[in-house]
Amino acid sequence: MKLTGSQILLESLKCEGVDTVFGYPGGAVINIYDDLYDSSINHILTRHEQAAVHAADGYARCTGQVGVAIATSGPGATNTVTGIATAYMDSIPMVIITGQVPTPLIGNDAFQEADICGITRPCTKHNFLVKNIRDLAKTVKEAFYIARTGRPGPVLIDLPKDVQVDTLEFSYPATVDLRGYKPTYSGNFRQIEKAARMILEARRPVLYVGGGINLSAASAELLALAEQTRIPVATTLMAMSAFPQRHPLALGMLGMHGTFCANMSVTECDLLVAIGARFDDRVTGRIDSFAEKAKIIHVDIDPTSIKKNVAVDLPIVGDLKDVISKLKASLDQKEEALQSFKEELQEWQTKIATWRERHPMVYQPSDTVIKPQFVIEKLRELSNDDAIIATEVGQHQMWTAQFFSFSQPRTFLTSGGLGTMGFGLPAALGAQVAFPDRQVIDISGDGSFQMNSQELATLVQYQLPVKIVILNNNYLGMVRQWQQMFFDKRYSQTVMELPIDFVKLAEAYGAVGFNVTRVDEVETVIKKGFETPGPVLMNFQISREENVLPMVPAGKAIHEMVLAS
Amino acid sequence: MKHTISVLVENEFGVLSRISGLFSGRGFNIESLSVAPTLEPNTSRMTIVTSGDDRILEQITKQLNKLISTIKVVDFTSKDFIARELALIKVSTEAETRAEALRIVDIFRAKVIDVTPRTYTIEITGAPGKINGILELLRPMGIKEVVRSGPVVIGRGAKGVTG
Repeated sequence: MKLTGSQILLESLKCEGVDTVFGYPGGAVINIYDDLYDSSINHILTRHEQAAVHAADGYARCTGQVGVAIATSGPGATNTVTGIATAYMDSIPMVIITGQVPTPLIGNDAFQEADICGITRPCTKHNFLVKNIRDLAKTVKEAFYIARTGRPGPVLIDLPKDVQVDTLEFSYPATVDLRGYKPTYSGNFRQIEKAARMILEARRPVLYVGGGINLSAASAELLALAEQTRIPVATTLMAMSAFPQRHPLALGMLGMHGTFCANMSVTECDLLVAIGARFDDRVTGRIDSFAEKAKIIHVDIDPTSIKKNVAVDLPIVGDLKDVISKLKASLDQKEEALQSFKEELQEWQTKIATWRERHPMVYQPSDTVIKPQFVIEKLRELSNDDAIIATEVGQHQMWTAQFFSFSQPRTFLTSGGLGTMGFGLPAALGAQVAFPDRQVIDISGDGSFQMNSQELATLVQYQLPVKIVILNNNYLGMVRQWQQMFFDKRYSQTVMELPIDFVKLAEAYGAVGFNVTRVDEVETVIKKGFETPGPVLMNFQISREENVLPMVPAGKAIHEMVLAS
Repeated sequence: MKHTISVLVENEFGVLSRISGLFSGRGFNIESLSVAPTLEPNTSRMTIVTSGDDRILEQITKQLNKLISTIKVVDFTSKDFIARELALIKVSTEAETRAEALRIVDIFRAKVIDVTPRTYTIEITGAPGKINGILELLRPMGIKEVVRSGPVVIGRGAKGVTG
């Protein structure tokens, strides 16, 4: 039987195991939406295309599956760009489907036409314009394959309206053969042997792990390697939930707002084993003094990540799960050397312990004003261990990373690379769709929240019980902090003059809202919020000029921290 | 340092902008770029002349390889290779310089492909250095226009570069 292009698209999605898509209809995708009308695929209607992409992203981050979003041509497509760039920077597997004007009109400045393939070329792993229905099923197959393999990333399919209407016999290809794309999964045996020897020769080693651990689902392997060798683990923002933060070997986050002991350990180490991390400037600070006493082993599935920012002594290209397991096996075989290595490590661990004691991650508690860190600690205490936490971007994001003590993989959804305000709420929405029975919390600031607050409507429509926590200081707090520290407190355009009644806003959408202004209300309101069914917004008026500390000022080395007093 | 890189790519929609966008987006230089299909109609071959230190060149090669549309990347710089470039040169000639122009054309084994009473249009192929050489000699006569193809390169010896 012949199917239309839009039917072929939906059948192909089903062949890829897709049961949920996020999207927003429009003229150039109306045929797809007509077929979705009686399809088994569950469609979540967000209130903005950007949110649809972030929701698909959140869905992908917490499940490890490919997130799917649909938008119409022109403005629908351009609205997806921030979401796509966000996913690209954090290597999140996604397929974005955009409608396009009919092929004969392409290039004619037709109504709602935008060259979305041209626009998204630098922020997608790959993209496709399907000009012929014969290529459609094959393109969907390739798009999912590219999105989820190697270093994952977003792939866009631009589908002109006439191709959606055209008909063809449907058959879904069984295999993919892309001659220009063969990711390396298996780590080179000899390089791994060398790595094992370098580890055993080290006296002050540190594991520096990044978001790749989540992407490769290698948390268990990482934990096993750390426990086998007793090497301490510093985590990037993207990896906070990839290694249990209360583990004795956890150094916490490193970099600009990292812990004193993580930054000192990296500065003083003689071997840095970078795994699925990319030496981002927010991690390294001044690059020439980053781990300058150390030899560096760098494990990554993407060869371009290696030697991009720093010189590396030993590169290993491969899937982290594979490389870490092989490395552990290799070390297991060197039992005696491993034993004496661990004994030698005592001195290093003592040193780290003194750093940890000297400057733990602390804040000045208060009885009179709500401290944001206190709210984060209470959220951690009162939420389930498997609760999924999404954040926006800014001070609240850093406080969450610093104080939440994540313990389970894929429970922390945050825009690390692009730093996209407005990411958290739709990402939490997507996570709640993926896991209807788990607690999902969006930790937000009053600035970020307003960037996608329209998604309250989506939460209420689908009765998604996301709990929204606003750490409200009536400032764009992170920029204000920089202005305070480096621009003589000239708070240019960072004061949110208009105090917004967020509770009324929540209620306007049909959600429940609570205001919290007193310290003694914090715990009761969080409990009440968690117990209340459906979406709940909790607005905490926090100490206004609280800063995120420690902080490494821009251009400084990571051991040159401004510390909390 | 100057590097000459051959890139085999899928001969498909948008591939040139993927490559040039990669160079501009990451701040890499392109001195010249030429592209045409190979014997296989679905494969094109690009020759890119670029410059940078070892670290930049390693990134350029890796980033090119990372593109899905890229099939193979060969940096010829440290290899034994032949480079040839085509140039079309329109040179002004006065009565007293016409003979000299022809002599230069002859020395360089170039060809005159179009003649007017006041100009010669010259076709020349050769290594980029040779083209620079003839341009140097013709310059005093007044060059009205130069079109250079950028070099294409091929490795010496029996082995070929294929996808």
